[in-house]
Amino acid sequence: MKASNPLWKERLASQVPEHLAVEIDTFETEIELRSQDKIDEKVFAETRLRRGVYGQRYDNGQRSDGNESKTLAFADKVTKGPHTFWDAPGMQRIKIPFGGLNPEQLEVLADLAEEYSDGIAHVTTRQDIQLHFIHIEDTPALMRRLAAVNITTREACGNSVRNVTGCPYMGVCQDEAFDATPYARALTAFLLGHPDAQNFGRKFKPSFSGCSQHACGLAQMHDLGLTAVIREVDGVEQRGFKVVVGGGLGAVPRQAKVLDEFMAPEEMLPTAQAIARLFGRHGEKKIRSRARLKFLIEKWGMDKFKEEVLAERAKLPEDPRWTDLIADIEADEEQPRNPPGEMPQLNGNVQMNHWIRTNLRDQRQDGYVTATIALPLGDLTPNQLRSVADIAREFTNGTVRATVEQNLVLRWISKSDVPAVFQALDAAGLGEPGACSVSDIVACPGTDTCKLGISSSRGLAAELRNRLAIKGVQLDQAIQDLHIKISGCFNSCGQHHVADIGFYGVSRTMQGYKVPHFQVVLGGQWEENAGSYGLPVVAIPSKRVPEALDRITDFYLRSRESNERFPKFIKRIGKVRVRELLDDLTKDAPEHDADPTFYADWADPRQYSIGDIGKGECAGEVVTQYEFEMTAAERLVFEAQVQLDEDDAAAAGQTGYKAMIKAAKALVLIQYDDVTEDDPDEVVEEFKERYYDTEYFFDPFAGAKFADYLFAAHESPNDASTPDSARTRIEEAQLFIEAVHTCYNKIRTVGLKLNV
Amino acid sequence: MELQHVRVKLFVDGELDVDLEKVMETFHGWVANQSLPELLIDVVDYRHVPHGPSVMLIGHEADYGLDNTDGRYGLIYNRKSALDGTNDDRLAQAIRSAAKVCTLLEVEFPSLKFSLREFEFTINDRAIAPNNAETKAACEPIITAFVQGRLGVASSNSNYDRDPRSTFGATISLESDLDWAALAAQ
Repeated sequence: MKASNPLWKERLASQVPEHLAVEIDTFETEIELRSQDKIDEKVFAETRLRRGVYGQRYDNGQRSDGNESKTLAFADKVTKGPHTFWDAPGMQRIKIPFGGLNPEQLEVLADLAEEYSDGIAHVTTRQDIQLHFIHIEDTPALMRRLAAVNITTREACGNSVRNVTGCPYMGVCQDEAFDATPYARALTAFLLGHPDAQNFGRKFKPSFSGCSQHACGLAQMHDLGLTAVIREVDGVEQRGFKVVVGGGLGAVPRQAKVLDEFMAPEEMLPTAQAIARLFGRHGEKKIRSRARLKFLIEKWGMDKFKEEVLAERAKLPEDPRWTDLIADIEADEEQPRNPPGEMPQLNGNVQMNHWIRTNLRDQRQDGYVTATIALPLGDLTPNQLRSVADIAREFTNGTVRATVEQNLVLRWISKSDVPAVFQALDAAGLGEPGACSVSDIVACPGTDTCKLGISSSRGLAAELRNRLAIKGVQLDQAIQDLHIKISGCFNSCGQHHVADIGFYGVSRTMQGYKVPHFQVVLGGQWEENAGSYGLPVVAIPSKRVPEALDRITDFYLRSRESNERFPKFIKRIGKVRVRELLDDLTKDAPEHDADPTFYADWADPRQYSIGDIGKGECAGEVVTQYEFEMTAAERLVFEAQVQLDEDDAAAAGQTGYKAMIKAAKALVLIQYDDVTEDDPDEVVEEFKERYYDTEYFFDPFAGAKFADYLFAAHESPNDASTPDSARTRIEEAQLFIEAVHTCYNKIRTVGLKLNV
Repeated sequence: MELQHVRVKLFVDGELDVDLEKVMETFHGWVANQSLPELLIDVVDYRHVPHGPSVMLIGHEADYGLDNTDGRYGLIYNRKSALDGTNDDRLAQAIRSAAKVCTLLEVEFPSLKFSLREFEFTINDRAIAPNNAETKAACEPIITAFVQGRLGVASSNSNYDRDPRSTFGATISLESDLDWAALAAQ
């Protein structure tokens, strides 16, 4: 805890807006009350989450050394939440609406990263900034310093309206309908702390895009996506938004559905309010895995949802902020600092020329470009933050935006300033070319700091970056244009569903040891605001993923038709072929003693484990039987995908169901030899009795969610006969299989009493 | 002025000639065995960040790291928890903690040597020690006395020139070799 914490309140009293000062004072009091055990730990947990104060890996006081789980001797104090030690450092998420940052804010973030964190500020896939290893007692001082430059952490986490994201090129993009920035700002202000947005079962994520064809705003994967559109009525142009709702990634990804093809701006805020009220009133509260807006829409159907929104909107009492917040909004435009210019002739500086080709983008305003600062894994140092602040001051009016690709964008660079901007960035170690290319890999925190991480997404991303950087400009343009995104688990914070090539972390057992793996996800689409989602093809051991990537990209180069884009190529070739291409990588693990590094993750030399799992003591033949069944289950899931690709949705749905039955049977067999999949009723009944009723199958975070997939499919096995429902069935089957693996590992390691 | 949250950096002598992956392995071993006085929590890999913290050992009371800020590798000790005692005690505690880890790393990695003539100290708290002339005026005598007294070096040169936005601190060049090992053993 910082000795200076009490000093900041007085020093910043005149700079912190009053409403933020009150909030931070309240939170400081709540911290004090919890430290005296006068607030329930669960209540306090949600309280701090709604201030962006998040847990971090090992905060339960347990950490594996590779062989066994050891206790971290945190002081015996009250907890910060269930199983969360008070002294365990945590993560502070800082909301940056639409990623917009000015130099003063960059400088404060630099100071905070230096004084309270580990010297790194991290840009997230939702344009937030995260600081890690923060002590909870330091958070009020940290928040006051942020508030003094008009940043709040309120509702950065928890069951609330999360950061309002937006395309970082809004206002300068050549393809946009109009600048949606002021509307994003208005929605942020309107929903922050709004009474109708405080009773959600889970989070709610809004996003803005200036156009529909590019990916920058990712409207299709948000709870509320607004895309700027212009229509002409009687010769007069009208601004509005195409509004989509119920999108999301996570374990069960959904594309958003259209609520309104054209919504007038003055309807934006009341409609958002109406949706928030409905979500708060009717959204799931008990089963957290079903508590996102997409599930309410699924339950009601889009027609009913639209009717309810309109009815709720009609009932709302008039609020002057609906129009006040968007009054004179068209005058709210960024201005350049320097006059427009001409791009100088390229010189012999190879790196700068490469950077100009990959990191610059013409603005719609003549004579100006945007410059993307490619941040490795979204990380930058305090000195680099200050350098960006200096550059933004010198060459722009202080206009910087964070991006969903974990980069920063400088806007309004006069073309004549480009060489000077590059030199300044390069001097700060920020002149890396290849922004938004194959080497600019997006990765969530994964096992580095996230409690849910299964495999090291950042470790893999760093390894792939290094390898791709070595190949550099020699890579074919078709490869350079690919997007790679990596998540440490199925929850998809790395947005692996919308990459050309996505990976998400899973674990498998090989040679009797746990081995970190990544599922290869193909078929996703980054363009058109994340227009389609990929599906997993095969799980590859982590250390073989670089080889898998080489094979996929080489195969693409060899076999594509003229200018065929990667998603189309995958669709044409089919996942069967890709799986055949990678199949040998899934087999023949080296003996542990011959290559122990195979059994460790990237950038983490410890022997790999999850939840302190080491080598188990389960009987070999049971393992063999289990693995046999599970291999078959995974094969069935894959077959279902192929059937879906071949437009046989009904068969795909059926096969997905069979895969679940097969996996459930694998677990049942551990205890009960006579079960047969010829009788799915018996499999499900035995599974329920042995693993569901006993809660052995329950996920520590998702609870019964994965078992519920099985029960729902079993109840209506023929229901998944449309492309959408079959796809959902396949996704749920894959997740159910992952949960079976997890349960099995738990049984082997913890030695549960199995006989019921 | 009460100096808290002292951060020191003992520079690597010459070019870094050590596999940082191996350093991480060593740090993981220290966490497993809780080998240092602080409660050790985790190891962090920032090798991908140019001129960044490189590899870090996160603790509850303090962090350690083989830091590469400004393109110069050095062992850092960053005190996070406040300490009782005098300014002299707190400066000595930080230097001693860093020196101890330097000697451990030198044993583990024989190619790794730390400079005996130079170190950097920082007060990593802008409220306690804003980087301005008043702080320098208050601190300079404290630092000089510390170098001459605790470190036993009669003559030194202190460079306080930094970006005004940086935390307050200085790079201290010594005119005779320091015995880090003896200091670590104190």
